[in-house]
Amino acid sequence: MAAIYSLFIINKSGGLIYYKDYGSAGRMDTNDSLRLASLWHSMHAISQQLSPTTGCNGIDLLRADTFDLHCFQSLTGTKFFVICEPSAPYMELLLKVIYELYTDYVLKNPFYEMEMPIRCELFDLNLSQVVQKDRVALLAR
Amino acid sequence: MQFFSGSTSTESSLLPAAPPGTGAGGPGNNAHMLYIFNRAGVCLLYREWNRPLRTLDPQQDHKLMFGLLFSLRSFTAKIDPTTAEKGNLGVPLLPGQGCSFYSFKTNTYQLNFMETPSGIKLILITHSRTGDQREALKYIYNLYVEYVVKNPLYVPGTPIQYVHSAFLNYYSVLKRVLLLIVSDN
Repeated sequence: MAAIYSLFIINKSGGLIYYKDYGSAGRMDTNDSLRLASLWHSMHAISQQLSPTTGCNGIDLLRADTFDLHCFQSLTGTKFFVICEPSAPYMELLLKVIYELYTDYVLKNPFYEMEMPIRCELFDLNLSQVVQKDRVALLAR
Repeated sequence: MQFFSGSTSTESSLLPAAPPGTGAGGPGNNAHMLYIFNRAGVCLLYREWNRPLRTLDPQQDHKLMFGLLFSLRSFTAKIDPTTAEKGNLGVPLLPGQGCSFYSFKTNTYQLNFMETPSGIKLILITHSRTGDQREALKYIYNLYVEYVVKNPLYVPGTPIQYVHSAFLNYYSVLKRVLLLIVSDN
């Protein structure tokens, strides 16, 4: 049982580099996931323009009727966002853990080219362990 | 089916009763801006109370806001994990069609959104840590219905003007109510 519906990772130019679905109803093909990722990248940027005060870093949380979307942007501009159930706990912690896995298994992989789609087996393996529901509950400690 | 079940009826009193839970707090400093758009994208009302930073001129700002909402609605309808049958991205959505978002939060502000079946979009931008503002938005919509839509001198689809004396009532009520509502959170 996964704690999230899906995970997207976007590079700094807005291109999708990783997409994993953990149980949404209905299939989403590659083109759609690419389009959604670029759309999110643009809206994240536009939301910074509409801020009434300075220092806005973009959307952190989007709440909809049937799901929540949590987004984390690293200092380098890489965005990680997860679709989860409304009011699911520990999602920010989960995003930080996923970021840590990304730095360990993707960035330190000598065969990985920056900004390209992620094809690292160890990343997939560890990621599927981390998003298990019982593991996410342990993040609180 | 009543769209706003549980909202207070406003036929008799000039000042509708505020929703339960709003106290007589201090000067409200939580609300930054309010936008009301109609179905065609015309900005019917724009009010700001606290906006230190303005990046664009008002026309561009309204268009950007409307465009953002339009895209966000397409986005949420498509990315919704609970329905199998979704339309294509870019197809204009009817009000109420597909999953819609009601709020998003950034580190500096929170945007609360409500779309009515007639296509009226209400956007309230508040401080980042205010609670759920859906009730407040419903209440503002009721004010709009009572004092703007039911006014025979108002031309639908045009910006709400500060011309007719009846609107004076609307503005003062709106301002007072907003101060009450958002200062409570």
